[in-house]
Amino acid sequence: MTATETRSTASPTTPTPPKDRPVRVLSFSQRMSKWDLKFSPYLYISPFFILFAIVGLFPIFFTAVISFQDWDLVRNEGEFIGFDQYIWILNNPQFWTALRNTFSIFLLSSVPQLIAAIFIAALLDRNIRAKTFWRMSVLIPFVMAPVAVALIFSNMFGDNHGLVNNVLDNWFGITIPWHKDPFWSHVAIATMVNFRWTGYNTLILLAAMQAIPRDYYEAATVDGAGAFRQFFSITVPSLKATLIFVIITSTIGGLQIFDEPRMYDNTGAGGPAQQWLTITLFLYNIGWREWNFGRAAALAWILFLIILVIGLINLLVTRTLVRDEGGRSPKPLKKGRAS
Amino acid sequence: MTALDTTAVVTENAPRKRQRTVRIRGRRAGFWVYGALVVVLIGSVFPFYWSFLIGSGDASTINDPNMSWWPAGNFLDNAAAVVSDPAVNFWRALWNSIYSSALIAASVVAFSTLAGWAFAKLRFRGSGPLLVFVVATMAVPMQLGVVPLYILFADLGWTGSIGAIIVPALVTAFGVFWMTQYLRQAVPDELIEAARVDGASSFRTFLTVGVVAARPAAAMLGLFTFVTAWNNFFWPFIVLDRQNPTLPVALSLLQSNYFVDYSIVLAGVLLSTIPLLILFVFTGKQLVSGIMAGAVKG
Repeated sequence: MTATETRSTASPTTPTPPKDRPVRVLSFSQRMSKWDLKFSPYLYISPFFILFAIVGLFPIFFTAVISFQDWDLVRNEGEFIGFDQYIWILNNPQFWTALRNTFSIFLLSSVPQLIAAIFIAALLDRNIRAKTFWRMSVLIPFVMAPVAVALIFSNMFGDNHGLVNNVLDNWFGITIPWHKDPFWSHVAIATMVNFRWTGYNTLILLAAMQAIPRDYYEAATVDGAGAFRQFFSITVPSLKATLIFVIITSTIGGLQIFDEPRMYDNTGAGGPAQQWLTITLFLYNIGWREWNFGRAAALAWILFLIILVIGLINLLVTRTLVRDEGGRSPKPLKKGRAS
Repeated sequence: MTALDTTAVVTENAPRKRQRTVRIRGRRAGFWVYGALVVVLIGSVFPFYWSFLIGSGDASTINDPNMSWWPAGNFLDNAAAVVSDPAVNFWRALWNSIYSSALIAASVVAFSTLAGWAFAKLRFRGSGPLLVFVVATMAVPMQLGVVPLYILFADLGWTGSIGAIIVPALVTAFGVFWMTQYLRQAVPDELIEAARVDGASSFRTFLTVGVVAARPAAAMLGLFTFVTAWNNFFWPFIVLDRQNPTLPVALSLLQSNYFVDYSIVLAGVLLSTIPLLILFVFTGKQLVSGIMAGAVKG
């Protein structure tokens, strides 16, 4: 890329022969092209960075500033009060409820989802007809807005006349308090998340499965391992890296959950006794129902720190768990491969 | 679990066209595989059918524990009730959703291609740290910026206008990262050398080599961004009002107005999903390969 700098780029028909020593005097067009090489990259990236500075960076820093202030909406300025907003939040029992709910919903919506995604991916990885059709079929839920999913499911999980309780009542003679009980409301909300995201993660895991060298399976078949043994001894260990990646991304997303709990009932406050109040829903209530921007900003930073901490823990766990390249390295598997 | 950015798939080696491997396990899948896949398919489409079933009933049938699994004939009436409700502003919401999502997708693709080209193929001081910075910002949640953004737009008098949801979404870190990864392996350096020797300026090289090579990745990125923008709720819900909503915001209005009559609410849900279902019919294949191309490979 840079070796041609000393060569004329002005007219392609008469290239100057390469010289032993660098040219001292450059023609105008050469100088232009040098300048072009040196500075034009910054022009390419500048639109992104300028826009990002305005709508991304500035708000992040300004959030930090506001979080140390008592923000006055009328005068549109804040008064410095130190860590008071943070102290208020950490002393508020609703925050701890919201934290508990957020983690509870997150676990209920990621563990079953990942297990389901691995199994569906294994099905799609088999030699089936109409591959594209089946792959598209798992992705259909992804195009439905979370708000729409939440409305459909909150109807199904109605306490009195919902579909789920009607079926349970007809078959087993029991009904479940989907809205009254914190745990069951978390199950209902987690179901919405699972409905929308399982197919997406299935496709990511499927792509990783297809990267597993096929001769592993061949060797296992020769050794007499059945389909299930192959699945647990080859497929699952090879997916480790991808799985951990999916876990990290769904953590970042899952801890921010807002749409589904907001739409789970018609008031959108997170339940009469905060059964399904999540951190972001709490942030919305503080900021745009009580109009207290200082507290909302402090909560936003607390949420960010939680995400960072969980992300770092994830990274450390990843480092210790994934030593090899997850099935791509030709290391012997747990059971010796037929050679 | 809302924005695509938060579920962005980091590639360690860039997405590449997968060669069709000859399957060693050549045995055709057994019936139980298809049986299981049919169950998954039913799970995927059942909520859509359920919303149609409820949406074609009326207030008296939705609470009936012995309701029929065959839709009653009220869907069009309910749909008419949704679109004619002045408090919901359905047509306006539909138009707002279409043009804001399209604008956001176009802008993200354009700026990501520009920046991705520079990061992937041009040498400049600081390119490494800057790219690391871009990737790092993908972990920053939207919540961290909403308070100052709201103050900013309230200052400008933009609250309630669609501009307030378009501007913050004009660029995404995920888009830049995605395009960088793709262009890095899609364009051989010799091609750029050749263009330079032929006297093409840097920008002309970008147009004739970069943009052409970026087309497939740009289509996928545009599609993802469009779907994400269409479904986005948190920020629009904060900054827009009932006079000028997007579809998800309109749905929340619908819910607070008709929570006793779910047949209207779910008819509206289905109506608002139809545009994306149509899009999915035509582009689902690309969406699938886009997600799979972005997956981690080892």
